[in-house]
Amino acid sequence: MQATRFPSRAQGPAERMTGFIAHLRMNGVTVGVRETSDAMKVLTAVDPTDAGAVRTALCALLVQDAESWRRFDDLFDAYWFNAGRQRQDTVRNDHIRVQSSRPTLWQPHFGDNADEGAGTSDQNAMTPSEGEDAAEGMDGRLIATRTENLSRRDLRELVDDDTLRQAEITARRLARAMTDRRSRRRRLSRKGPQLDMRRIQRASLARGGEPLDLFHRKRPDRPVQIVAFCDVSGSMTLYARVFLSFLKGLVDSGIRTDTYLFHTRLLRVTDALREQDTLRAASRLSLMAEGFGGGTDISGSLESFVTGYGARALNSRTVVLIISDGYCTSDPAALARVLTKIRHRARRIVWLNPLRGWQDHAPVAAAMQAALPHLDAHLPANTLEALAALEPEFRAL
Amino acid sequence: MTPLELQKALSAQGYVAGDRLAMALHLTGVLERPLLLEGPAGVGKTEVAKALARMRDTRLIRLQCYEGLDASHAIYEWNYQRQLLAIRAAEAHGGTSEDLLFSEDYLLRRPLLEAIQQDEPAVLLIDEIDRADEEFEAYLLEILSDFQITIPELGTVKAKAKPVVILTANGTRDLSDALRRRCLYSYLDYPDRDTELAILKAHRPGIEATLARQIVGVIQQIRAEDLEKVPGIAEMLDWAAALSGLGLNDMSRDPQAVQSTLVCLLKTAADRDALPPTVMDRLIGKVA
Repeated sequence: MQATRFPSRAQGPAERMTGFIAHLRMNGVTVGVRETSDAMKVLTAVDPTDAGAVRTALCALLVQDAESWRRFDDLFDAYWFNAGRQRQDTVRNDHIRVQSSRPTLWQPHFGDNADEGAGTSDQNAMTPSEGEDAAEGMDGRLIATRTENLSRRDLRELVDDDTLRQAEITARRLARAMTDRRSRRRRLSRKGPQLDMRRIQRASLARGGEPLDLFHRKRPDRPVQIVAFCDVSGSMTLYARVFLSFLKGLVDSGIRTDTYLFHTRLLRVTDALREQDTLRAASRLSLMAEGFGGGTDISGSLESFVTGYGARALNSRTVVLIISDGYCTSDPAALARVLTKIRHRARRIVWLNPLRGWQDHAPVAAAMQAALPHLDAHLPANTLEALAALEPEFRAL
Repeated sequence: MTPLELQKALSAQGYVAGDRLAMALHLTGVLERPLLLEGPAGVGKTEVAKALARMRDTRLIRLQCYEGLDASHAIYEWNYQRQLLAIRAAEAHGGTSEDLLFSEDYLLRRPLLEAIQQDEPAVLLIDEIDRADEEFEAYLLEILSDFQITIPELGTVKAKAKPVVILTANGTRDLSDALRRRCLYSYLDYPDRDTELAILKAHRPGIEATLARQIVGVIQQIRAEDLEKVPGIAEMLDWAAALSGLGLNDMSRDPQAVQSTLVCLLKTAADRDALPPTVMDRLIGKVA
């Protein structure tokens, strides 16, 4: 992170406040126009020389969800204090971008690892034989580590037009195979084949007993939702390309889909993938993908999903897709526990395992062993063709 | 009233509010905007509104949201039966005017209309807004930004005194951006040790200091355990009442009694299994 520059040119509190709000927006906090004037009003309501009071007041005004609530303190410090008023050298927040730095998006992508990325992401890298080499280290040990790989890998090479189109078609076909039929119950609706007699009678009271207002009922759509997790840790790098385009296909398929990437942390990427422009989506992703190709912590990532998003992302119509090879450092028992939790609240859990496509592969990894009893299906998926071939299985879910 | 005074006044009502919450409540008055409270179940979101109403000595009007809640249950409805009766009666005596039928006498006020018609600013609590349907949020938007309700037969009702509006949510569904934008926001989390001790003392002034310290210490550790339903503040107070009701003043002396009072805290079978007596002994041992 670069040092935040308090805008020394800024004249007076109004301009500084505008700068702060721009700083918040840049860090992904949604703040409207009206809040700027409200923020000034707030300053008159509290003692503006009391930093603590201003902090809490602005927090109440500008923050709109739990996520930004937790980040607000860091953002506040980064803008108002880093310039030397109160030097806090110990507190460096890597996840905060500041106005003075150009977004990484615009900085050259050719880092040390540029050639490496270009080399491995070729189509033929998708063949199982090469995948095996990468999934295992030099001395045959698996390279699942807890260290985060902080190099930024440009995902542009990972998603090209052809694979994307193919993956989209596959995803859409699979998604259609899963789409649920309609419910057996009937609910109120504007149009519908059946009259809702109870409601008509109740409403007729208002018309002196004449049934003037008609209410209809129909079977509501109960569409399936998909929650997909894609492992992007070191051992899965080779597959990341296909699966990212697969995820994008799912997101665009018209079915409600929530997508997450995980390695040692969990990242929600639904919005980034929804971006219409493929290149922009790829850039947005590469901004988020710090730690790409590092170690894996499946149970920790799933756990943070359950506590963070679980309540609203999971329901009885959700199909959970986990795309991973199951090599991870987390405790197998913890994985089993978190899968049970998800299972309680979701309809199906499907594990797509690229290793499954290899000959003679048996799921011996401890994590896989622990996970297996909780899965509804454990399916092979090492290429798009393999994914496409899964259609009958998905139809049966 | 400054945030600090507000904090003190609330604690006189038995509600221990953090700095941020006090400031947010203070700003709802200054900016006349609703306050959206989010947080896990059982951290006292609803209690804020109750304490606030007691503190200001005004009415608390509560709208409990549920799936399928519609305008006729939340805003107003005409009292059709009475209107029909009035027509019948008028027919017997000869002639009635339509104006009479659509007068305020025949209006059933539901919480939202009632809240803006108070002479003194009331506290309006819209509880668990995320359970209501998205369409209902749209109704709320007009009311929360302009504090007025349009009744076609009567005209627009403007608020006599703008109520203090508190909305609570705990993440059943994502709220719309439009609603979030109109609200001030505060997130309530499980309290830390000192705050929780203060809450316990505010609600049960008579409790022994050792027992209070133990209760809070154990609760804080239980929350860190891997449970399905994490015990909230209400559960903690229940448990304290149970323990002091049993005449206990040191947990480590009677582990059996402690174990039997766990029904106040653990509400699922899996959670009961997750905290067997050995684990409880360890937790108590840490704080004793």
